[in-house]
Amino acid sequence: MSDTAPAPAPAFSRSEMMIVAAARELAGQRVCFVGVGLPNIAVNLAKRTVAPELELVYEAGVFGAQPARLPLSIGDPTIVTGATAVVSMFELFAFYLQRGLIDVGFLGAAQIDRFGNLNSTVIGPYDAPKTRLPGSGGACEIAINAKNVFVIMRQSARSFVNEIDFRTSPGNLGGAQEAEAIRRAGGWNGRGPSVVVTDLGIWHFDETGEMRLDSLHPGATLDEVRATIAWEPKISPHLQATPAPTSEELRLVREELDPGGVYTK
Amino acid sequence: MSTSKVVSMHGAVADLVRNGDTVAIEGFTHLIGFSAGHEIIRQRKRDLVLARMTPDVIYDQMIAGGVARKLIFSWLGNPGVGGLNAIRRRIEPASLAPGQTPLEIEEYSHFGMVSRYTAGAAGLPFMPLRSYFETDLPKANPLIRPIRSPFSDEVIYAVPPLNPDVAIIHAQRADASGNTQVWGLLGCQKEAAFAADRVIIVVEELVDEAVVRADPNRTIIPGLIVDAVVVEPYGAHPSYVQGAYDRDNRFYLDWDPISRDESAVQQWLKDWVYDLPDRAAYVAKLGAERIATLQPGSAPSGSVDYGEYR
Repeated sequence: MSDTAPAPAPAFSRSEMMIVAAARELAGQRVCFVGVGLPNIAVNLAKRTVAPELELVYEAGVFGAQPARLPLSIGDPTIVTGATAVVSMFELFAFYLQRGLIDVGFLGAAQIDRFGNLNSTVIGPYDAPKTRLPGSGGACEIAINAKNVFVIMRQSARSFVNEIDFRTSPGNLGGAQEAEAIRRAGGWNGRGPSVVVTDLGIWHFDETGEMRLDSLHPGATLDEVRATIAWEPKISPHLQATPAPTSEELRLVREELDPGGVYTK
Repeated sequence: MSTSKVVSMHGAVADLVRNGDTVAIEGFTHLIGFSAGHEIIRQRKRDLVLARMTPDVIYDQMIAGGVARKLIFSWLGNPGVGGLNAIRRRIEPASLAPGQTPLEIEEYSHFGMVSRYTAGAAGLPFMPLRSYFETDLPKANPLIRPIRSPFSDEVIYAVPPLNPDVAIIHAQRADASGNTQVWGLLGCQKEAAFAADRVIIVVEELVDEAVVRADPNRTIIPGLIVDAVVVEPYGAHPSYVQGAYDRDNRFYLDWDPISRDESAVQQWLKDWVYDLPDRAAYVAKLGAERIATLQPGSAPSGSVDYGEYR
């Protein structure tokens, strides 16, 4: 223990800002494929604030989940009790996702490029990886078949790279035109990534299919944004300041959604 | 009344799991057959091909126990915690022990894996799916192949059937003939069982056939395809059984530091697998106090009336 006086506690953490920003992006959405961790909290926050009609879908085979506690894994029993439907995983992926019923899918990754292509498989060569990561899980088909893809990732120069080592989940490929043509020809349900929420700001995709910083979180600087991205990022000429979390948003996150601070510290 | 298939776990694994087999212990987060995996380690089976969507801690332990030569999977992690470090050590060249052969891997997405089991269960030569476009997965795994629709110019991807030699499925209950009922997350257990040549069912509770017949919609696997029924309460620990016990999250967290150290892993296997005769001894070693922390509250289903038709 240090005997110096503790610094005054910040009003909110960067993780909390990420969660709140992601939740606000869900306004107006109906059916959302949820992941564990930050996405799970963001989606449950959206359901209590901007998107009360949101249906929570978990890849483990649950439609219309009502988790009574923070799920600690993607298949936590709390997503089953009180749900609308529990189905086999084949049914979930084939009938719900592949049939085109999912409005938003959440993805994270170890690496992302400027066009929103994602790597969650390996760092280094596939056959002799420096780091073996978990792999696709459902990410590859979510990226292709969810109508919109939301990405939540912390910014770092190791993660926001010029070239990803392995393409696990397609984003805007080499640019918007190419991606749109390929999606149309292949009959994808998805329109690709629509937003990347980071600990520093909110990125959407411009007409070329490249990430563009549209909003900077309170406390973050453009220098910090540039230092945590391998390429020279596009910054919107109309850059906004992300409104800080409201006290009600923070109360929901801290008291109801992640009271142990597992994901929000 | 048909013949009872109830046997001990030792007997089931000794008779039905053979060196070199492709073995699928399925169960997505829910109902993971840890007790069966431990028995396979204890009997020192070798050269297995282990298939499972999410290898989870059980395959980390089995691969550390030296039972496998190859892994077929779609998501390689300790769910909600981090990586599977014993498996990673067998894949990352820099982590391999001197002279150790790397683990062979065959990798899909979740939809690809459930589609493989579904093709296997349905007796089909492949299953088409709308996935894998513009990804590196078909390059990493040449068994993921593009096909043209016979009815249009559409090109989608196909995966081959997966027909395990043995599927091991943990469930809430079964009767002595192996008619098996599950509630909660269903994962791909039904598909894996129908795809397999031999099926071992492990249950929390053995029930009378009349219990099964009173609620036939809940039966996911008929005794018709079951070779052995093993009764082992808490056999899915540290994973969970809906309505019976919760996931022991502390175990999953504790496994992370253990799994980073090969000697700690081997010590764990000695203490919790090799030196114990069976799951009953494991549960006793775990202790009643730990088990008591995993008991959920009650949330019974409503019941339906199937009607009587004579």
